[in-house]
Order: sequence, then structure tokens, then C-alpha cells
Amino acid sequence: MKLVTAIIKPHTADAVRAALDAVGISGLTMTQVHGYGRQKGHTEIYRAAEYTIEAVPKLRLEVVVADDHLEQVLTTIVEHARTNGGSIGDGKIWVTPVETLIRVRTGERDTQAL
Amino acid sequence: MPTDALTLNPASTAWLLVSAALVMLMTPGLALFYGGMVRVRGVLNMVMMSFACLGIVTVLWVLYGYSLAFGRDVGWGLIGNLDAVGLHHVGKDSLIGPAHDAVPVFAFVMFQLMFAIITPALISGAVADRARFSTWCVFVALWVSIVYFPVAHWVFFFDGGHGGLLGDRLGALDFAGGTAVHTNAGAAALALVLVLGRRRGWGSVSMRPHNLPLVMLGAGLLWFGWFGFNAGSALAANGLAATALLNTHVSAATAMLGWLAVERWRDGKATSLGAASGLVAGLVAITPACASVDVWGAMAIGVIAGMVCAWAISWKYRLGYDDALDVIGVHLVGGIIGSLLIGLFATSTVTSGASGLLHGGGFSLLGKQFLAVAAVGAYSFVLTLALGFALERTIGFRLTPEHEELGADLSQHAEAAYDYSTLRAHVHRLGGHEPEPGAWGAASAHDPAPAPPAQPPEEPS
Repeated sequence: MKLVTAIIKPHTADAVRAALDAVGISGLTMTQVHGYGRQKGHTEIYRAAEYTIEAVPKLRLEVVVADDHLEQVLTTIVEHARTNGGSIGDGKIWVTPVETLIRVRTGERDTQAL
Repeated sequence: MPTDALTLNPASTAWLLVSAALVMLMTPGLALFYGGMVRVRGVLNMVMMSFACLGIVTVLWVLYGYSLAFGRDVGWGLIGNLDAVGLHHVGKDSLIGPAHDAVPVFAFVMFQLMFAIITPALISGAVADRARFSTWCVFVALWVSIVYFPVAHWVFFFDGGHGGLLGDRLGALDFAGGTAVHTNAGAAALALVLVLGRRRGWGSVSMRPHNLPLVMLGAGLLWFGWFGFNAGSALAANGLAATALLNTHVSAATAMLGWLAVERWRDGKATSLGAASGLVAGLVAITPACASVDVWGAMAIGVIAGMVCAWAISWKYRLGYDDALDVIGVHLVGGIIGSLLIGLFATSTVTSGASGLLHGGGFSLLGKQFLAVAAVGAYSFVLTLALGFALERTIGFRLTPEHEELGADLSQHAEAAYDYSTLRAHVHRLGGHEPEPGAWGAASAHDPAPAPPAQPPEEPS
């Protein structure tokens, strides 16, 4: 099993979620986060005072998948989180191995709990 | 003014009663206008600095403030006597005003009280996030007593040439408070900023407004309430009130457009905070002038105030004073602009008397306007500076660094404006006794022996 963590633009969330649903991902976790990469921030002006907002709002999406399902999930996220054919700030995805997975309700483990 | 010779005008009375209520709404409006502009940690404190004025000034006004401001002059037009202390000798049949157009004294007392409330509230924006609330309350009580009540007497008390120094005796024009309210509050704000110093991190830490819709709501309420402030100052339901109403609205509109034009040209974008600030600047500037100018004068005053104030708010970055919410840039500058422009734009067709420079009145009125602004500004600045330093040296005015970092909401009021926490707070000590474990279904995981629920909650399958 692998944990897929994706940082994406918030407005792509609905498309990504729907696409993952279509390839059989039935549950995931989303968190509102702030950060910056090559996109850097943006500028805001309040009464002649200019503020550079370095960290921009992003969405962190986390989902645990079976090993043989991984590539399909990754390509799905990349395809639907990419904006205008690929722009700075579209985000990042990383994959980490998962040792154990447990469903709290039943105590089922690993792939049974996916 | 012998009461028995006066006849009550019901229409004027009705308008004055409504106007008092309109002006009352300005202080909560100001609280939201300011509250939206501060950071999350200081919203409630900002709002409370205004609401405290509603409480404190009301009591002092009834006790002695009305008498000091509108009692018969004790000499030289400086202050009223103590005949109306505790509203003594004033009853439901007491009238004030011209013979056939009189209104109840109580309506006038209420209307003028609302001015006395909002004036110290205006100052609070300059010292956002760094004043002890208890000291602020003491400051408000002392400030209205030694600054506002006398100044209101100078400007607003008329008694056939034996009234206040600046209005009745000198003949300076201030219809609704360009000097007594705005120049006064703005000069006091400058003094308090010098006493309290800059907020921690000013210039390096982001202090951007936390809630602009709140600012827009507050600005809307101010605009609405200002109709009572200015048109109500006619103390009558007549053409002068309508003139003031029209001029007030037109000036707010052109000032908003003027401020936005400066922003668009200087900063690249027209902002919502700029719209709110601009309309307030226009309302401030037209306040003294609304019954002295025609509609063209109102347009000019608005656009000048909007553009100059949009520029004035950037002075603090060059001069290094932390006027947090631009009370100086908007109220002091706007109040001075409006008061002085009367000297240019006043027309006898509206005032039935004095004319300004541009309408053939020469420099006489402009000179009087300058004197009135200088007198009020200097008096307010010097006394506020002395009062502020005295309070800082004795009971302490500025928050401790720890309390300032914690935020004025938590450190001064033990409250938070918004509940961002997902963890529920543990409830304890309501009315002095601990609630039963599990009361309101809020049993803590740390309870030693949680009582089993009477009915097991349904398990979702």
C-alpha cells in the first residue's frame, strides 16, 4: 500500500475528486493548507500599504491506495489538477509506503481496510 | 430663552427624534467599520472601545455634560454653567429653539448626546490593538469632560451673541461638527498615537484588515446615520435640513469616486477599503459645510476631501507614526478641509448670511474658519497629550508586550471573536458549581468514570 499526498490548487478539487471516484477511490482526506513554491505569492493593497502574501491557499489531498492501483491514481490526479495545460502553482504529488492500515469500525487490516 | 414663549413644532420634533436615533446607529457602525480593519486578535476590543463610549458618555452627559456644553455661558463663551446638572429644571414640557419652531429639550439632549458619544469613539481607531481597556474607559470619561464638553459649548451653543466662543461670538461656521467632532477627534488621535507609540511589529509584520465586508457594512451604517447627524443639525424639518441631506449625500458620493480615482492611478486598483474610506472622508468634510454650500460646493468639497485624504493616509509611513486606522488622515485632515473650504464655497443663498471667498465674501469667513480649526485642534491636541501621558505614567495606558502579542481580545476581554477551534472547550464554573459529567452530552474523555449513556448511541453500519 502507498500513501499518495497531493498539494493542488483548491479550485481543481471537485474535478480531481470526481475523477478519483470514477477510478474506484471511495474515500480520501482533504485539508486546507497554505504554502508556496515557484509560484510565490501575490500582492494586496490596503490604504496605500502594499502587502506581499507569500503563502497561498492550497488543498492537501491524502489517499491510501493498493500498490497495483497507484499509477492509475497518480495519472488521474495529474490529469485533473493540471490547469491550462500546466501552469506554475499547479502543485506536487509524493508517494510514501504505508506499513499498516486499519478500519476502526471493524478492525479489518491492510487491503481489507481499503 | 424663556420656555413659556415658545411653541412646539411637531414636524421638527419628529425629525429631531428620528435624527437622534440615526446618529446613535453611527457608533455601532463605526465599531464595525473599525473592527473589520484590525487583525483577528483585536476585533472585539476595537468594537468595545466604541460601545464603552455609549455607556460612559451617556451617564456623564446626563450628570453634567449637557449642562457644561449647553448651559448658559459663564463668560467669554468658554463653558456652560451648572444649572442643568442632572437635567435639573428640564421637564417634558421644556422647549428650545426659535419661537414658533421649538422642539423638546429632551430631544435636543438626546441628539447632542449622540455627538458626544461618537467623538471619543472616533479616536479609538488610531490606538487599535495596544490600549488597556480599563484605562481607555477612564480616558473617555476624562476626555469628554475636559475636551469635548467645552469644545461643544464653543462651537454649538448659541444664545444671541452671548453663546459659545467660536460659533456664536466669532461667527465661524460649523453646522454639524467639522471642528467640534472631527478636527477635535483627529487632533486627539494624533496626541494619543504619540503617547502610546507604534504597535509591535509595525512596518514589518502584516497588519492587513481581517474582514472587509464588516468594514463595508460599517461604512454603510455610517453613511445612513450621517443623514441624521447633518440634516438633523437643522433642528427643524425644513428646507435647510433638506439642503444638508442633499449636500451630505453628494459629498459622500464624490469623495468615494475621488479616493478610488487616486487609488486606480497610484496603486493600479480601485479597492473596497478605498471606497469605504473615501465616502467617510466625504461625510467628514461636508459635516461643517452641509448648510453653507450649494450642491456644486458639496461636489467640490467631496472630491477634494476624497483625493486629499487618500494621499494623507500615506504620510504616516513617511513620518513614522502608527495611526492604525487613519483617524488623522481621514478625520483630522477631512475635518480641516471641510471647515476651511466653507471659507471658499459658502454662499449667502444657503447661509442667509456670510459668503465665502468664491461667492464675493472676501477673506473674512476664511479667517474665522481658520481660527476655529486652529483653536479646536490646538486645545484638543495639548490637553489629550497631557491627559494621555498622565494616564500612562500613573495607571498605565499601553498594553504589556505579552498582552499585546496575545491580542487585546483575549487579554482585555477573555473572549475570541471567531471560533476557529475544532476541539470543544471544556465547560466549567457556571454559576459557581461544576456541571454534572455528561451534561449537554459533553462528557470529557478525562472523566474518571464516565456514566454509561442511558441508551447506546446508534452505530452507523
